[in-house]
Parts: sequence; C-alpha cells; structure tokens
Amino acid sequence: MNARIAYIASNTFREAVRDRVLYNLIAFALLLSGAAIFVGQISIEIEKLVVINLGLTAVSLFGVVIAIFIGIGLVSKEIEKRTLYTVLSRPVRRWEFIIGKFFGLAGTLVVNTFFMAIGVFGALFYVAHKFTRPDALILVALYFIVLQFLIICALALLFSSFSSPLLSAVFAFSLFVIGSFAEDLRGFAGMAHGLTRWLASGAAYLVPNFSAFNVISSIAHEQPVAAQLIFHNTLYALFYAAMALSGAVLIFEHRNLK
Amino acid sequence: MAAIEILGLEKTYMVGFWRKRPKRALHPLHLAVEEGEIFGFLGPNGAGKTTTLKLLMGLVFPTSGSARILGRDWTDPDIKAQIGFLPEQPYFYDYLTAHELLDYYGQLSGVPAKQRKQRINEVLHRVGLTDVKGVQLRKFSKGMLQRAGIAQAILHDPKVVFFDEPMSGLDPMGRREVRDLMEQLKQEGKTVFFSTHILSDAEALCDRVAIIYKGELKGIGAVEDLTSTVQGKVDMVWQGTQVPASIKTLGAECHITGETVRAVISEAQQDAAIDVLRRERLRLISITPVRTSLEEYFVEKLRKAESSAGGAA
Repeated sequence: MNARIAYIASNTFREAVRDRVLYNLIAFALLLSGAAIFVGQISIEIEKLVVINLGLTAVSLFGVVIAIFIGIGLVSKEIEKRTLYTVLSRPVRRWEFIIGKFFGLAGTLVVNTFFMAIGVFGALFYVAHKFTRPDALILVALYFIVLQFLIICALALLFSSFSSPLLSAVFAFSLFVIGSFAEDLRGFAGMAHGLTRWLASGAAYLVPNFSAFNVISSIAHEQPVAAQLIFHNTLYALFYAAMALSGAVLIFEHRNLK
Repeated sequence: MAAIEILGLEKTYMVGFWRKRPKRALHPLHLAVEEGEIFGFLGPNGAGKTTTLKLLMGLVFPTSGSARILGRDWTDPDIKAQIGFLPEQPYFYDYLTAHELLDYYGQLSGVPAKQRKQRINEVLHRVGLTDVKGVQLRKFSKGMLQRAGIAQAILHDPKVVFFDEPMSGLDPMGRREVRDLMEQLKQEGKTVFFSTHILSDAEALCDRVAIIYKGELKGIGAVEDLTSTVQGKVDMVWQGTQVPASIKTLGAECHITGETVRAVISEAQQDAAIDVLRRERLRLISITPVRTSLEEYFVEKLRKAESSAGGAA
C-alpha cells in the first residue's frame, strides 16, 4: 500500500480509538454476557442457537451503526473543521485521502469485529462448555459481516464526499435497510409487469444485496455454507465497495473546499 | 527565477440555492514573487486573500488561469513537498498531541523517519511549544494552536511558505516572535508569502506588498517605493521647551514633548526655519522628509477603488 494511504488510514484508526468508538465493545460484552446467563437459565438445548443468533446479529448491527456514524463524517467533518487544508497542501492526492480514510474505518471495524467475535465464542463456550466442528462456521458468518461493513464504509464515504452528515446518515441507513431486503425486492420485480418490473429490477440490482450476506440463521442451525457463495459474496463486496469508492473519489477530486 | 508566478488565476463561485448566479471572488490575478522575498498580500476582510491562497494550495479550483511554484505547475502534487502552508485560524486533529500532529504531517510530507524526530523537536523549540509537546491539541489556546500551525508549515523545511493571517490570535509577544521567525526564514533563503490586514506587520517585514480589494489587485511594489512618496514636508526636531514665534509664522505644526520640539514644515520653508533656530541658539536634532506610511498608501488605494466603483455604478 502507498505509504501516505497507510498514514491516513492509521490516523483515522487512531481517531476512532481516541474518540472512544471501541467503547461500544463494553455495551456489546454486557449485552452478550447478560444474554448468555439468561438463556443458560431458561432454555433447554437451544442455548447455542440463541447465543449464535443474538451474538452475530449484535456484531452486525453494532458494526453497521459504527460504519455509518463514523463514515458519514469522514470527509465532511474534515472539510467543515478545515483539518483537510493542511493535509491536501502536502504531497497528498485527493484519491489517496479517500482510500486512506476507507482503510482506516475498515480497519477499525475489523478490530472491533475481532473483539466481538471473541465475545461470541466466549458466550458460546459458557453455554455449551465446549466447541464443536460446526462452530467454525461462525467464522464464515463473521467474514460475511466484515464484507458487509466494507460496502457500508464505502457507501458512507461516497455520501460524505458530497452531502452533509445528516443526509449521508439517512442515505446510508436507508440503503442498508433496503439492501437487507434486496432478495424480496428481486422477488417482487419477478412478479411485476411493465414499467414497475423494470423499475423494481433496476432498484433491486442497484442497491447492495445485503440479504446474500446474512447466513446467521442457517449457521445457527449448523447448515454449511457453499464455497460458491463465499466466492461470490467476496467478489460482489469488493466490486461494490470499489464502485462506491470510485464514485467518492470522482466527486471529491472536483470538489471546491470552501 | 520567480518562486511564485500567478498567471491570471480567477475564481467565480455560483451562489444562491434555486437561481444560481455567478459571484466573482477573484478577478484574473497576475503576480510574481521572487525567491527569498517576504511578500505581503494585503487587503481588508473578504478581499480575496484567502481565496488566492486556497487556489494556490489546490483546495479550490480556478475558473481560469494557472500558476507556477518554483518553476513547476502548481497542480503537481510533488511540488507540495517544497511548500509550507498555514491556513487562517487553523484547526487541527485535536485528539493528537503536538508531537503526534507534527509526526503525522512529517509522514505525509515525506520526511524520512530518522530525521523526523529531530526536525519535530527543532520546530517545537522554534515556536515555543517544547514544554507542551505531549499535550492533546484540544487543550491548546488559540495562540498555541497558531504556533502549532506555524510549526507544521515549516516542519519539512519547505522552500516557499504561505501564511494566511499568521499574526491572528497572537498576543503582542507572540506577534513579535512570528515576525522574528519570518525574518529568520528569509535569512535561510526561503520565500515567504503572507496575507494580512495588519499593515504595521507588513511594513516592518515585507520586501514587497500587493494590495487586493474586492478580488482585484490594486497596487504592487516595494514597501520603500510605495511609502517613499515625499509629501513636500519635513519633520524637524530640536531641543527646547517652546516654539519661537517666527517658526509659527512659517506655518509649522508643532508639538512639544518634554525637552524636545517636533515641527512639520513645508520643504520650501526648511532653510528659513533652520535660520530661526540658529538665531535663537536652539540645538537642531534631526530633519527627515515626511513619508507616506503604508497605511496611508493602503487607505488611499482603497478610497480610490471605492470612488471608482461608485462612479462606475
């Protein structure tokens, strides 16, 4: 990686840590340990199912909230506070700034997810007292969650490159919700006719298909994940994030910093 | 070779929400700053000084025109390794300490790791922040932030330094230190381009100045040339506690301060006044021609610009 991108990424990560973003881990740990103790007392044989479902859903939601709320301010906050002036008056290309910011935020989320994953496995061990081979599938679900984060980070950056933080948050969160129901949207497009079919199909393929990344429920039921899906999701996430980042770079390259 | 050449840079913004209309922030500007100069860019608030600096830094894009810095196109990112920039009322990453901030900027400017630590300590010492280098910037006062801003601008030993209102937020002592620093930079052979509306700073520091008003260049020249307009009057100082009556008849404006008398008199009456002092046996201390101050020149230029704008309207 270009050294300047690495410096910007590392500073972005440092900002997140110093702004106490990782404190969310405490809330996550409390939620998970509370849930583990609770289900350990009331349920019979479904403790694992509940812990995996709850744990992975929490990992995903906490991460999405962080990705959106940090991502939307990554560029606009730097413009508003004018911290960008002393960065771009150095031999830093605008695209390097955007990519550096992306990697910084993605890195923050990966570290955050890593610690949450430890929490999930800890809670699982607490209720089941042992690990079994199908538990390794949780790693696949975590990998898909991280891929999801990459898309959301890139989208938040895209919106942040031209819009205010509030509007960026609305756009990013709406896309996340619509994207989570992308399969249903595609189903609806298949049943519709005429112009509605075209519009629904266009929207279904334009919004990120987050539903393809959600394997939490099947993994909780110890169902395997096809290698093809892992490959397809990886390519899809990288492509979608790259497209969104290209858009962010394209807009930012031509933006006047008033 | 000119360190900075501005070749017709112009900026027009589109303003308004529904019905966009053009607003010209900078008329085509032509300017050259020689290497090793301290160049003052003067103008009242909103004159276009910051817009010019932002254009040169590539923070906003010009409607037309171009510029060259150290002989290279100003859009070339690599030339920025040779440039230092202090924005107006700088704001930095306040979660960083002064040392961390300079380390980050040093990395971005390509200062090798081995030299970075030494360079950071040098500039922190130079701007008087050594004692607070481990303190987060969120705890800094406005003056300390300005010093940190100056430190980051000179950290990578640039050949050309741009300061936007460098004295802003500083107390008299701080202003003096910044003036000394700019003098030192000049002695080191660096080119200093700074914008200000504090004319005494410009007069004390600059080799040349340019005056900008409502986005238009109104005057440019060496400070001595602009202020050497002799008004046909001389300033005479002699020892004494009263003004001889015959001096008053020459039309002198006199002020008595303690044991000295100062009189402003027309050049034509200078010899007659000296004769009077000789006759009265008063000791003459000095005679100096009265010059226009930079402030007077500046105000006169702006007044002319105002009246011509009013006439055109």
